[in-house]
Amino acid sequence: MAEQTAPARAGTPSPAKSDAAVVRDALGVGVAVGLSGFAFGVTAAGSGLTLLQTCALSLLVFTGASQFALVGALAAGGNPYTAAAGAFFLGVRNTFYGLRLSQLLALPRAVRPFAAHWVIDETTAVSLAQPTRRAARIGFTVTGATLYVLWNLTTLLGALGAEAIGDTDAWGLDAAGPAVFLALLAPMLTSTTERAVAALAVVIGLGLLPVLPAGVPVLLAALAAPAVLYVAGRRSPAREDTTDDAPHGTDGRDAHDPDPATDPGTRTESATGPGTGTAADTGDDTHDQRGDDQRGHDGTGQAER
Amino acid sequence: MTVWIAIGLTAVSCYAVKLLGLLVPAGVLERPLVRRMAALVPVALLAALTAQQTFADGRAVVLDARAAGLAAAAVVLLLRAPFLFVVAAAVIVTAGVRAMTG
Repeated sequence: MAEQTAPARAGTPSPAKSDAAVVRDALGVGVAVGLSGFAFGVTAAGSGLTLLQTCALSLLVFTGASQFALVGALAAGGNPYTAAAGAFFLGVRNTFYGLRLSQLLALPRAVRPFAAHWVIDETTAVSLAQPTRRAARIGFTVTGATLYVLWNLTTLLGALGAEAIGDTDAWGLDAAGPAVFLALLAPMLTSTTERAVAALAVVIGLGLLPVLPAGVPVLLAALAAPAVLYVAGRRSPAREDTTDDAPHGTDGRDAHDPDPATDPGTRTESATGPGTGTAADTGDDTHDQRGDDQRGHDGTGQAER
Repeated sequence: MTVWIAIGLTAVSCYAVKLLGLLVPAGVLERPLVRRMAALVPVALLAALTAQQTFADGRAVVLDARAAGLAAAAVVLLLRAPFLFVVAAAVIVTAGVRAMTG
């Protein structure tokens, strides 16, 4: 396996990442996860939904967890409103993804209603893992398109062949999802802040699982982000006696960034208008995501060890 | 009919929450704190989701073949293998453990 050490490891941000490498990674995610539409088709058909209903869900809802939740609730005899409410809760996290993606991709307004349908876990994870805006846009589009086509195709096949296939768990396909997320998350955990957020989120997500309705624990896990930022912000002013830390107390990164030169870059990124993703502002992106993170974390990082 | 009502409500509400995030004005996102939050919240969500998809069975926390699959994925990831190998390792090991343990 060691000789597989490819320069373009999945999701490893490097400023020189080629378009082909982004496409390859995006296709990998799209294919791997797209195939699990098969499991959805089988599950939905097995739960008594018609072929048309099953395919309508994949075409119109297109967010796997919500689809499984809806089918599960209907199969368990739930009424349509509570079943839809459960699916809705699982879908709410896509709003947070959209917030980040709108910064990252800077899509023209007219494109957003169409792009919105593809705002899901996988497209977000791939986009986030890219070093530049151009790469993020390619990653989002290729992942979205591949996943949408394959997810719907395999949903249809799964629904048609539900009886023939039997238990898809035997194929181990349910492990593809978490493996995809792990591979995409790993390169993002560059600083102590990211790692602390991820660890706390895991604890919250699993800890609340038995006591709260489906979808809610993951949403509450999002609180790991403000919690860690708050702690990081509390620690840094105590360690460093820079007086101007106070106004940004809760923002660990910007508060003790010793290099004022990064600031303009940081601001321009989101101020950049739609459709103006030039080389200059993709450069800023890289700077913002990598340089800022590393530097900002020297202080906080060591404080926590 | 009730199934179609559920499908319709789910499709509309899930699309609305997706669009909502993309439509938040850029001005709101310029504030440094909001930027840091928007960057960290997906990390939290994806981490929690990874854990749930590996260790959750309904509302119970369980340790089963998926954990072995994820561990295999982590090892392959540390070896710096390409993305598809990471996913393949998880799927194959999970299927293998299930086949062996019945």
